[in-house]
Amino acid sequence: MAEIFGIPVAVILGQLMLGLVNGSFYALLSLGLAVIFGLMGIVNFAHGAFYALGAFVALLSLQHLGVNYWFALALSPLVIALLGILLERLFLRHLYRLDPLYGLLLTFGIALVIEGCLHQYFGASGQSYPVPAALRGVFDLGFMILPIYRAWVILVSVIICFGVWFIIERTRLGGTLRAATENAPLLQAFGVNVPLLVAVTYGGGVALAALAGGLSAPVILVSPQMGSSLVIVVFAVVVIGGMGSILGAIISGMALGLIEGLTKVIYPEASNIVVFLIMALVLIFRPAGLFGRE
Amino acid sequence: MKTLAIHLAASVGLLAAVPAVQAADEIVIGDIDDFSGTYADVAGNGAVEAIRMAIADFGGSVLGRKITVLTADHQNKPDIGASKFREWADQSGLNVLLGGSNTGVSIAMAKVAASKKIPFFALGAGGSSLTNEDCTAYSVHYVYDTTALANGTATTIVQNGGKNWFYLTADYAFGTQLQNAASKVVEANGGKTLGAVRVPLGESDFSSFLLQAQGSGAQVLGLANAGEDFSNSLKAANEFGITRKMKPAALLAFITNIDSLGLQTAQGLYLTTGWYWDLNEETRAFGKRFFAKMNKMPTMDSGGYYSATLTYLKAVKAVGSTDPDKIMAELKRTKINDMFAKGGYIRADGVMIHDMYVMQVKTPQESKYPWDYYKVLRVMKGEEAFGPITGLCPLAPK
Repeated sequence: MAEIFGIPVAVILGQLMLGLVNGSFYALLSLGLAVIFGLMGIVNFAHGAFYALGAFVALLSLQHLGVNYWFALALSPLVIALLGILLERLFLRHLYRLDPLYGLLLTFGIALVIEGCLHQYFGASGQSYPVPAALRGVFDLGFMILPIYRAWVILVSVIICFGVWFIIERTRLGGTLRAATENAPLLQAFGVNVPLLVAVTYGGGVALAALAGGLSAPVILVSPQMGSSLVIVVFAVVVIGGMGSILGAIISGMALGLIEGLTKVIYPEASNIVVFLIMALVLIFRPAGLFGRE
Repeated sequence: MKTLAIHLAASVGLLAAVPAVQAADEIVIGDIDDFSGTYADVAGNGAVEAIRMAIADFGGSVLGRKITVLTADHQNKPDIGASKFREWADQSGLNVLLGGSNTGVSIAMAKVAASKKIPFFALGAGGSSLTNEDCTAYSVHYVYDTTALANGTATTIVQNGGKNWFYLTADYAFGTQLQNAASKVVEANGGKTLGAVRVPLGESDFSSFLLQAQGSGAQVLGLANAGEDFSNSLKAANEFGITRKMKPAALLAFITNIDSLGLQTAQGLYLTTGWYWDLNEETRAFGKRFFAKMNKMPTMDSGGYYSATLTYLKAVKAVGSTDPDKIMAELKRTKINDMFAKGGYIRADGVMIHDMYVMQVKTPQESKYPWDYYKVLRVMKGEEAFGPITGLCPLAPK
């Protein structure tokens, strides 16, 4: 068998494939963070909690209302978006004129409250969400067995990421959103309802987290702490991509998934720190991130 | 000046509000455990309920003194566990500490137990170092340890033909101790270790590590991890079709893990447990009482908490005081007979020797009622499960 640095090519290909799956989750989550930071200047520490909440909405709607996977995938971002809009109107909007630190503290507090509530009602051990029937089974790629569901995750993530990038960078709505960050009073003078726009942006950002939660429900156990371990990595991804850069978040999410996958073969113990190592290097040599504007 | 005066007055008020040392006419049982993290469902609130059930069954008082319970969350941090223990010892008149769920925290708390001379029952922490290198005159290790788990599960699997092992090991003290214990047993029985991968704690994606396990060509996938790590790694092993070629071995699994995975995923799994709610009439009665309060069946740890509380209270009654040295002597002298253990005893090094059960998880067809998850493959005598005294603990020379 062919080898690169003593590691069989088949193993490397397998790990790259898995890295792409993880990268898809990173990309979806960091995309939401980048949208919220780029357009609102809020460091949304509650992102992991919304991710967990998205998975719980899918799980509970299946258990209690019999809502199937496909509807749940649409329902949970919607529910979480409404919750996000509510939180923005009630709390976040008071903080825009203050130091970004206040937004960070508030969202961190919200995260603790959400996770605490989930913990209280559902316990720590987590629950299983079945893989939908249409996506069961595996692809035999020759070098590895790829469950169909994992391939589906990559597909959804790529479509959503491209869609969000297109809306923000290439449409009139996106232009208006970006104008709101540049000069809100001027935009308001044109008759645009800026507060509503901002609230919807926050809702949209957290809806992306909820979508990632719904997507991951069949892969891992749905538990209150599923988001808190992931959110730190995702923040590092956003910093590497450049705070607020949509394209940066997508590309660095995918790329870091791949790098992490390779680390798991070469030196597994380092797989949970390699992202932070790269973050440190990026901060030293390009403080604004790979795709950020100085 | 006025504000300073107000501040001073407020601080004095606060000081006065700090509870004074508990009246000496109470017996104070402390429980420091994981109430909010990954092990919270294994013990946590369920364990507190078990302590209260034991106190109620004992009559609510001993030597004419009321029994009270203090609880605290150690958040899986050794420093928090140790400082809370110290605080209770100094300020709250603590008589005995139960707790753990985490080997690192338990080692730290055992050190406090030795310096404060307060009996400490470690429950739910796996590391057998608690009664070896880290043993103290005041520690008791209840329920299970890494040696007993390995002796149960690994022996059974090797004897059933699973000779070649690959380990998925949680990258911290507990995982390493568990893997070492298992590989010793495997090799002693003529098996081989083909490799191991150390996985960071709390990993969300196990598929990469599982592919490496599969690449090793081993027959058995030894899961030297616990809690969520265990559940997520087994779930992924199923998804990637690895369980069709390799037999997974749960080196530590609790009934709550099996419940969250579902029998479809967990069926056929071998595991070792210190107790099970559906063993006999007594355990079933306890299980039902517990279920009525907690809406889930007790884990082996919850059963252990009940037993440990009763054992301590019986010792206090027998000795007629809470003197720690007299209590420890009594604990190590008397057999333990309750719904958790029959003929159990606390050895000189602090291990509570009792029967362990090698279980296999039932298939969905075999399971007849809720929480009917295990069939007993073998009852291991305590001496066989926990092995001979190693001599590493100075209290128990070889």
